[in-house]
Amino acid sequence: MRREIWLAAIVLALVVGVGLRAPAFVTPSSLLGVLSDTSFLFMLALAEMAVLLTRGIDLSIAANLALTGMVAALVNRAAPGVPIAVVLGLAVGFGAGLGAFNAALIAGLGIPPIVVTLGTLAIYRGLIFVIAHGAWLTSKDMSPAFLAVPKAEFLGLSSLVWIAAGVSLAFWVYLNHTSAGRALYAVGGNPVAARYCGVDLARQQGVVYTLSGAVAGLCGYLWVSRYGIAYSDIAIGYELTVVAACVIGGVSIAGGVGTVPGALLGALFLGIVVNALPVIDVSPFWQMAISGAVILAAVIVNSRSEKSAGKLILPEARRAAGSV
Amino acid sequence: MSEAAAPPRYAVADRAPRRWSEAALRWETILVVLLALTVAGNTALSPYFLDLGNLLDATFNFSEKAMIALGVALLIVVRDIDLSVAAIVALVSLAMGLTAEAGAGAWALLAVALGVGGACGAVNGALTTALGLPAIVVTIGTMSLFRGVAQVALGDQALTKYPDALLAVGQGYVGYNVPWSFATFLVLALVIGFGLHMTTLGRRIFAIGANPVAARFSGVPVARIRFGLFVLSGLLSGLAAWFLTGRIGSTRPNIAMGWELEAVTVAILGGISIAGGAGTIAGVVLAVFVLGLTTFGLSLMNVPGIVINVLLGGLLIVALAAPILARRWLERRR
Repeated sequence: MRREIWLAAIVLALVVGVGLRAPAFVTPSSLLGVLSDTSFLFMLALAEMAVLLTRGIDLSIAANLALTGMVAALVNRAAPGVPIAVVLGLAVGFGAGLGAFNAALIAGLGIPPIVVTLGTLAIYRGLIFVIAHGAWLTSKDMSPAFLAVPKAEFLGLSSLVWIAAGVSLAFWVYLNHTSAGRALYAVGGNPVAARYCGVDLARQQGVVYTLSGAVAGLCGYLWVSRYGIAYSDIAIGYELTVVAACVIGGVSIAGGVGTVPGALLGALFLGIVVNALPVIDVSPFWQMAISGAVILAAVIVNSRSEKSAGKLILPEARRAAGSV
Repeated sequence: MSEAAAPPRYAVADRAPRRWSEAALRWETILVVLLALTVAGNTALSPYFLDLGNLLDATFNFSEKAMIALGVALLIVVRDIDLSVAAIVALVSLAMGLTAEAGAGAWALLAVALGVGGACGAVNGALTTALGLPAIVVTIGTMSLFRGVAQVALGDQALTKYPDALLAVGQGYVGYNVPWSFATFLVLALVIGFGLHMTTLGRRIFAIGANPVAARFSGVPVARIRFGLFVLSGLLSGLAAWFLTGRIGSTRPNIAMGWELEAVTVAILGGISIAGGAGTIAGVVLAVFVLGLTTFGLSLMNVPGIVINVLLGGLLIVALAAPILARRWLERRR
């Protein structure tokens, strides 16, 4: 937990630092705006983390988001009367289907995840163009109900924040308090030992890639309805931002290491940087260079802490053993 | 109990005997078949495809990427990867643009390109080998950093003041209609292929990929070789940037966007194992032709670039899945 506290302190310092330059940034409404903007990154980073835990990677996550968003928009244009709950369910299901396709190739055929998702990244992106015949769908093609969801508010927070909070809570319970979630840490930490304990890598892979697809699908609908546009380039390159959020949050690319608060803080850090730059009169062109430098700094810090943290798996048990 | 003339109990051959069945199932053979299918299909579909001049001109579109893929392939062999190659192209092109505005000639620009490219590669190499960080994360970070610096320096501007000599190299031919970039790629492929398959260094590279720890215990300077390959990848990206900048005559922040994934795709389709320790340069060169000619043929038929990407992504997956499925099917029949 210590590194999450450090990360939280850094995020807080960042907010305070920006606030000193531009007090308007730290007003509640502005900060809530940052939170809403970052909702997608929160959810996608958690989904990616589950994949990274198993020593995999999902590079198709943003392409899945864009394709599912387009499908949702097309369904809405073709049948504006269909209730939004159905569209939402369809988006989650469609995204999960795309994820399951990844899962079948990775878990079923044993092709390395980076290769499979690199291929499906190109396929899903291109399919957007194919199914929409190259057209752009704008808010004019979407029904008011379709566009209303991200604008809805409850207790002063946008629905996006609530959905992200719900997804975060679900991931927290899943990863920390279910045997299925702990199995992900087991296969990532030591696949051979996990196999001897009856935890099957292929099965866990099947779960995480489908799950990652489902979250991407959910975000796909929300993204398109929030920004009111669907075309082949939405969220392009976002998969690397998602991986970056995980790395900054202390998730190990080598598998088995990562926490829900860590991934959320990593995403929040990037979200604040993106939103703060224009406020403090720094050219938004700096954003990419800064996130690059931060990723490198984070991975250097990670490698130092992983060395000691890797051995202390059960501090309680060790303490108990020491006291005997 | 005479000591002399006892025949050796086991005869250890230098190499396994060559068998036709093994040669037929080699990855390179599959690629040759794919290449033949590509050529045959495109020839049937378009009367403009099978024309030596057209085909040689088509190489303009993939030679630079192919150079980069050679460096990436070597890194994948040693279990590393370089996702920053396209960002290095952007940074190199920026450096070239700035020095060209100061009045540098084409050869001075080549020196700048190789210097900046090599330096970027050295940064990647130092972070991965000296600090022991995973290459994929390091190069995702440097990808953002390098392209980010180019973006900060360029903003929404473009640098276009390049000397004519550079444009002549980027767009020009050597001998009979062979583009300079393509000729350079072929020479590089031969040199790197020779180095990887016929020298001690090449065997060491495979040894690292097969088992880095065992290689280290066998006296292979693992860190130094990996560092050298990162620098090589940077140099090749710099060289590609030199040709690319000369070909399009301008530098924008989004130059060579997404090429890192194309380079990885070429390497993997070429049979370089993502797990390291296996693959051939011949396979990579064949994959360059398969992908390059497929793209060329489809664009002759006015298929949009993004749709071509669907087919290339599909090709990558089918090429990997088909042998696995075929093997399973054969095993079930037995």
